[in-house]
Amino acid sequence: MAATAMDYAHVDVENLKATELRLGLPGAEETDKMPTSRAGSKRAHAGDHHEEELKAAPPAAKAQVVGWPPVRSYRKSCFQQQSSSKSKATAPAEVQKQEEVAVSVVAAAPPAAAGSGGSLFVKVSMDGAPYLRKIDLKMYKGYRELREALEAMFLGFSGDAASVNPSDFAVTYEDKDGDLMLVGDVPFEMFMSTCKRMRIMKGSEARGLGSSKE
Amino acid sequence: MSTPPSSSSAPIPTLASPGMRDAADDSDSPPSHMSEDSDGSGAGPGGDTWTPDLRGTNGGNGGNGGRWAPPDQVLENVLESVLEFLTAARDRNAASLVCRSWYAAEAQTRRELFIGNCYAVSPARAVQRFAGLRAVVLKGKPRFADFSLVPNGWGARVSPWVDALGPAYPRLQRICLKRMTVSDDELALIPRSFPLFRELSLVCCDGFTTRGLAVIAEGCRHLRVLDLTEDYFHEETEVVDWISKFPECNTSLESLVFDCVSVPFNFEALEALVARSPALRRLRVNDHVSIEQLRRLMARAPHLTHLGTGSFRSEPGSSGASSVSDLATSFAAAAKSLVCLSGFLDVNAEYLPAIYPVCANLTSLNFSFASLTSEELIPVINHCVNLRVFWVLDTVGDEGLRAVAETCSDLRELRVFPLDATEDSEGSVSDVGLQAISEGCRKLESILYFCQRMTNVAVIAMSENCPDLVVFRLCIMGRHRPDRVTGEPMDEGFGAIVKNCKKLTRLSVSGLLTDKAFAYIGKYGKLIKTLSVAFAGNSDMSLQHVFEGCTKLQKLEVRDSPFGDKGLLSGMNYFYNMRFFWMNSCRLTVKGCGDVAQQMPNLVVEVMKDHPDDEGEVDTVDKLYLYRSLAGPRTDAPEFVNIL
Repeated sequence: MAATAMDYAHVDVENLKATELRLGLPGAEETDKMPTSRAGSKRAHAGDHHEEELKAAPPAAKAQVVGWPPVRSYRKSCFQQQSSSKSKATAPAEVQKQEEVAVSVVAAAPPAAAGSGGSLFVKVSMDGAPYLRKIDLKMYKGYRELREALEAMFLGFSGDAASVNPSDFAVTYEDKDGDLMLVGDVPFEMFMSTCKRMRIMKGSEARGLGSSKE
Repeated sequence: MSTPPSSSSAPIPTLASPGMRDAADDSDSPPSHMSEDSDGSGAGPGGDTWTPDLRGTNGGNGGNGGRWAPPDQVLENVLESVLEFLTAARDRNAASLVCRSWYAAEAQTRRELFIGNCYAVSPARAVQRFAGLRAVVLKGKPRFADFSLVPNGWGARVSPWVDALGPAYPRLQRICLKRMTVSDDELALIPRSFPLFRELSLVCCDGFTTRGLAVIAEGCRHLRVLDLTEDYFHEETEVVDWISKFPECNTSLESLVFDCVSVPFNFEALEALVARSPALRRLRVNDHVSIEQLRRLMARAPHLTHLGTGSFRSEPGSSGASSVSDLATSFAAAAKSLVCLSGFLDVNAEYLPAIYPVCANLTSLNFSFASLTSEELIPVINHCVNLRVFWVLDTVGDEGLRAVAETCSDLRELRVFPLDATEDSEGSVSDVGLQAISEGCRKLESILYFCQRMTNVAVIAMSENCPDLVVFRLCIMGRHRPDRVTGEPMDEGFGAIVKNCKKLTRLSVSGLLTDKAFAYIGKYGKLIKTLSVAFAGNSDMSLQHVFEGCTKLQKLEVRDSPFGDKGLLSGMNYFYNMRFFWMNSCRLTVKGCGDVAQQMPNLVVEVMKDHPDDEGEVDTVDKLYLYRSLAGPRTDAPEFVNIL
């Protein structure tokens, strides 16, 4: 399945010739074509007229052309989402600092969750609660504020707040991969961009997951 | 996705069935015909004599004010009764040209209006001609807008149409829009203007949110079809739970497609909706639906024919996760009716065997959003003996395609999309897969194939093995890439396709191509209506070959090819026969485009620059979009569009 470089048979210079306006018959120069270039970076068509017309500023070696290959952005974004979240999973998780929010969001821009400057509502469920709530993640600067808000919202269900032991609860969230994650492992901004919904687990499932109160 | 043409279950033929050939395209109405000329109210074929007009009210031929002779009532009734049987727009257009009374009768009885380019005719004109429309199909932006080649704000807003259709057609039942911008307010007009409204289909549209969907759900009490296909849905500030806005009583819903509306929603509301929609046959949900939830839906809707499975993944961390056999039970119960399966938007491959019970009955399967390996796909494919439509990612590999070739001898349509849509990607399918398909799927009619390696031999083989091909779209993702074995251009391959596939109407070319390829296309591509060209050709001769040879050409889209004004001008005599011509990043100048605009009054010539602030190269044209139109230059063009 892995294509060898020889399969490509592709050279910059020949492309230039192919698109050149000339009086000769097309194909007249094909015989001297067998190239030895490797697959990979073949972007530098220095004199190629098309290159100047590229809208997308080429960041580094590979100049991706706008709209090529012709796949609808709807499709493209679905897989960027999947592949970027997979790469995030392997990135080392930073120790989260309480009040600091200065961490920049990693990797490709996640399509849906990052709100367009407005708000970022996610559902919050709690085991045993009769209905769900929605919170706006953008309202909170960090995990502590978020936790306080959740406690205020939900602990009323467990009766007297004083009798509630926070370590009986674990706040988890579902990320883009659909995995259930413990809240608090990654920087808050990263959490905001990958959190799809939240779930407060309690009881035996929660014990031992560690009180994430930091 | 579509049901196959010969299926006996009633398909809902809207634009939202991407598997179906764009049937609406066949019914295109060339507005340059005399019957639509407002000033050309010259005599019909009868010369000086003309039969009396049927109804003096509205519709009928524009331009001739004054009094009419009393209509021949009997003839009129007979005519209208006969014309009721004509449904295809092409037939209707022909009938309308016979004489004035036929024109008027046809205008009264046409029920569906198809407008392939929303700027080709003004809404007022359409409303004036047709009195009794029940359905309107509108297409807006040129197709290259899908690939970010048309700047934002270009146009194709539906508002002038909705404003005109509302007062004119209170009995309107169906609206289908493709590549148009539809706002929530415009959606809100629909239930207000059309109390009998039944079907809304939005394909590749943008501009609306869940707020607009909520108004539709709540207001259209007779809604049967709500199909949202590949629309651009932007994350909103406040997501409205539109699913719970459907009326509380039993609904008439037959089709509910919302896989592209990727926002959370109230699942219980959906379940209840499905339970009270006994006519529901098509349901495609978004990726916020888990397997457990899917099972509940399937239990509520045992007669589904089309199912979009949502994420196809278990609810995270739930204690009641379904087992594969549980899910298989659900599918077994659906096996009698299910023919079309799609979704798998975040698939967990472990659950795939659950669909085996339905595979034998499936005629259409869409895995194109499922990143699955060939090892995971092949067992599924092996069960799908009756498959006619198959959409998949290139992760299926050449081996997977071989399995398709061996199992799916009835296959009519294949689409292989790239997982990694970049030029340098590995590419998991090649000429090997194409060759295998051509040998196993002899009845193939439509193919879209993204790859990185291709040979002329394989393409020629397909042209010989699959003579029924109507649509051939091959995308070799590396630009200018030649035959991987011989190093030659791909001219011969595409030449064989146009020569041997005598029914071909749609062609997309790629790879290294010289003018020779286009000479072939012009010589043999006599039925081609749609041609897409990118990074191809040597000179303007290519364009000339196409214009002179492809007599049925309607839509031509070209990008990044060495064609200039000379090529453009070679099409002068043909532009009126076409719906549009798009050309970007070629070698056009403002002067050349201006020449065309000057000589062709019924053509709208739009030019756009990528960077309007560039002082240098003021004379070059980055994007050209020209189209015939009875409406003249549009008034809603944004700043970056210059209409010559």
